[in-house]
Amino acid sequence: MEEYKVLIVEDSPTMRQLIAFSLKRLKNIKIVEASDGVDGLKKLSQDAFQLIITDINMPVMDGLKLVSLIRKDAVYKTVPIFIITTEGGQEDRERAMALGANAYITKPISGPQVLEMVKSHLNIK
Amino acid sequence: MDKKEEKDRNIFERAEEFLQVFKKGAEFTQELLKTNEQLRYRILQLEEEGMSLKTNPVLPDKQYEELAKQIEALKEEREEITKRIKEIENENKDFAIRYVEVEEENNNLANLYIASYQLHSTLDFKEVLQIILEIIINLIGAEEFGIFLLDEKTHELKIMASEGIDETQVPSINMGVGTIGRVAKNGEPYFMEDMSDSSKTDWLNPMVAIPLKIKEHVIGVIVIYRLLQQKKNFTPLDHELFTLLAGHAATAIFSSKLYSESERKLSTIQGFIDLLTK
Repeated sequence: MEEYKVLIVEDSPTMRQLIAFSLKRLKNIKIVEASDGVDGLKKLSQDAFQLIITDINMPVMDGLKLVSLIRKDAVYKTVPIFIITTEGGQEDRERAMALGANAYITKPISGPQVLEMVKSHLNIK
Repeated sequence: MDKKEEKDRNIFERAEEFLQVFKKGAEFTQELLKTNEQLRYRILQLEEEGMSLKTNPVLPDKQYEELAKQIEALKEEREEITKRIKEIENENKDFAIRYVEVEEENNNLANLYIASYQLHSTLDFKEVLQIILEIIINLIGAEEFGIFLLDEKTHELKIMASEGIDETQVPSINMGVGTIGRVAKNGEPYFMEDMSDSSKTDWLNPMVAIPLKIKEHVIGVIVIYRLLQQKKNFTPLDHELFTLLAGHAATAIFSSKLYSESERKLSTIQGFIDLLTK
């Protein structure tokens, strides 16, 4: 069975746990957590991920900067990136999508909804 | 004369021949008329048979009855199957609705489990307040809110942590005054009916106020002034989740506060002991 590696970049430990808890319902999934953009980039260089989930508002490096840097990396050019954020404005959404995000989810999140989106992007049935 | 007789005889012979042919023609016509009459009669017979076949099938009565019974049974079976299919479809719809409800409940339980796990993961007072803020942003979906704690000496509610508001603008609140004071006094949560109107922030009258209670003892109030723009309202599940979270938050705040005070006292006592023993 193919194993999928997902990176969660989020400064809130509660939120990281919540997302991880939702995704752990998939048996063939490995979750790696990072607490900010820089930590996220470091984790990305250490392993190959099939999906990245990131917050926008984070210390050190925010999520939008992280998305733009990820898209510059040939390895992660087409890897799905989900933004999970409190920012519900249309402009924020458009900006994130323009930078290369594949999905924009606003908080508070619904675990089943995130799970379905992950399954859909990873083609897991 | 001979010629004339011969001519007359020829005429008689030809007349005789013609008469013969005419007689044959008459007989043939008679036959045709007879056949025509027979065919008409046959057509009438066939028409009558056709009519009688329509009204009375040729099958024997018993076989006909059996076939009719079979048709009736098949009709009943079809109706039963159609009814069952409809029932199954309705059951499926019910299951689908129930599945969504269970998923929601499961999601809320997961939220509650993780939030309480985080709340009780530390005894550091400031850290506990930070975790509560995090939970209110991420799980509840609040944009402007604060945590008020009761000062046991002055009996005033003072803001201890907040998000999205200027704490210096928020006054201390007396027990029983305004929505926050009333919630602190009677220990009952308050949810504004229409949460869409949050144009003006009224420090004393927020849209949500949840008491932080340990048993019946109120130690503070979590107050929400504004929700995130994508969060339009509170669902009944939100009410339940928030109230349960407040219970966990209250014990976490109380424990961490006690622990911090005991640590401080311990450190003071240790200081005295060190002074005395030196």
